[in-house]
Amino acid sequence: MSYSSLKDSVAELLGRDPRKPAPGEVPPEVKAIHQDKRTDKSRIAKIRVELAEKAANKPPEKLRRKRWAVLIAVNLLFVLSYWLDIQLLEGALTASRFAGFHMADLNSALQVMLAFKHVVINLVIGTVTVFILWWLLGGRTFCSWVCPYHLLAEWAEMLHVWLAKKKIVKDHPMDRRMRTIAWLVFALLALLTGYTVYETISPTGILSRALIYGPGVALIWVGLLLAFEVFYSRRAWCRYLCPIGLTYGLVGATSPFKVRYHLSSCFHEGECRKVCLVPHVLDTVILGRARGLEVDIGADCTRCGRCVDACPTSSLTFHFPGSGKAGE
Amino acid sequence: MNENVKKAKRRSSQKARRRFLRSVLYGAGAVGVALLGYLPVVGQWLTRLRPPGALYEEKFLAACIKCGQCVQVCPVEAIHLADLDEGFGVGVPYIDARAQACDFSCDGLQCVLACPTGALTHEVNYPHQVDMGIARVVNEGQCLAVQGKGFQGQARGADFTGKLRYAEVDRWNPILVRDHPYDLALCDLCVRQCPIEIRIADCAAGKPPSGDERQCPPQHAIKLEPIDDTGRKRPVILDGCVGCGVCEMICPVEPAVIVMDSSESRASSKGLRA
Repeated sequence: MSYSSLKDSVAELLGRDPRKPAPGEVPPEVKAIHQDKRTDKSRIAKIRVELAEKAANKPPEKLRRKRWAVLIAVNLLFVLSYWLDIQLLEGALTASRFAGFHMADLNSALQVMLAFKHVVINLVIGTVTVFILWWLLGGRTFCSWVCPYHLLAEWAEMLHVWLAKKKIVKDHPMDRRMRTIAWLVFALLALLTGYTVYETISPTGILSRALIYGPGVALIWVGLLLAFEVFYSRRAWCRYLCPIGLTYGLVGATSPFKVRYHLSSCFHEGECRKVCLVPHVLDTVILGRARGLEVDIGADCTRCGRCVDACPTSSLTFHFPGSGKAGE
Repeated sequence: MNENVKKAKRRSSQKARRRFLRSVLYGAGAVGVALLGYLPVVGQWLTRLRPPGALYEEKFLAACIKCGQCVQVCPVEAIHLADLDEGFGVGVPYIDARAQACDFSCDGLQCVLACPTGALTHEVNYPHQVDMGIARVVNEGQCLAVQGKGFQGQARGADFTGKLRYAEVDRWNPILVRDHPYDLALCDLCVRQCPIEIRIADCAAGKPPSGDERQCPPQHAIKLEPIDDTGRKRPVILDGCVGCGVCEMICPVEPAVIVMDSSESRASSKGLRA
């Protein structure tokens, strides 16, 4: 049995900092492993060897390439479906029809329901279908595997990290509770004003429509967001503001698909936390923090798999019930 | 030693305060930008002709999920999505009738059927039930019929890319207007191409669209009324007008003699769409 706590997972999704385990929370066999690792002098030496090896022989980020291919393919399917008139995936990411079957983005649907205060059956079908789909696939999986803004933001992040290394820019982290507040504010605004206020600035919707129906001045807004992330705050939109991410995070909180951490093989190098969009979900990999031999990573995880790629000891793996160590 | 600890503490609390402050500014900034989207709406910078079945403007903006499925099904590609300069209306469909009007060549109101949220209400089944707006004659003096003139050639010139369905040419596929030149003793294009008038004529000939009697419009939409006995006539808009915009699109005069008024009709409609 792996350790997971829905309460902590959701609290951290909403912006609470991860907390250290209280002494009573760690089972004796786990505590023993923590103790062994602390006293094992060879561990640091092993990390050095391993990281030197990695630096000399940079392994390809296989999962990242696959994920980009999927993300591009999904968005391309929307585009080609319209351009070639094959009617396979009609609409945009906010709402669509796949082979005639309704799908609706959960956050867009929520905005419409709150603003319009009336729900037609097609929207119910679309919302339920997408809810089940992303619950199964892990909630924020939508972000890293489908959202077109995520891909641009990843490229902006590469630039940011490179510039930060050259000391040209500096990351300004923010309070993650901002996203929860923004989610509430946008929901309230939709309810009170009767307009889908968030859709006006949603880079996901703007980009999806620009790809399918052609570019417009709305792309300037997306450009400004990316510039903000390159020069001021790393991944600021996805980390601290996007209500879509929070909506899908809540949906995926109880998802069967997740990233699983295996304590015994971990050297605690911290390579995973360096690449993670939401490093607070990997707090458990810090030596002494794990509450079980195996720990399920929390709801804010986008299942992007960068930690799975980055981990030199394969201590982080995708997990689907009955699959063992899936996706290795 | 104690001094150093105090200093470090002060520095870290200062850091936390800064972090909190920039988070609040960032959040407020994003919400602020989103709320700017209200300006074009409340200022009515643009009044758009919306697709068939559209709810009245305020409800329409609320109900539309900005997906463009209506755009994709339209056979004459009359529907476009608005850009960010329309604020809360970004991604919301509109029709520029002069460039390409809705000629109901899909018969079944495909855009209404495609709408996933009911922003284009499913309570409209036939073209004559649509209430997008109403046609208005704006500069009658320029009208060819009013001047007693005929019309020969391409209605909108050789470069016009708009399409119409001419049932006598092709029952199923709309063709370019420029590929269908006219030769008229007195210009009656607005009446001749009116989708409502075409349906009324078909029904009178015993051939309603798809053989469905319910497709027959109960009221006329437009007629040419004699001014005097010299043969001059003027266009008059009637109660059956649904605001589809075909008369505005086909009018050969520049600027068009008839334009769509979308503001009043839908907003004051007591029907399903209000």
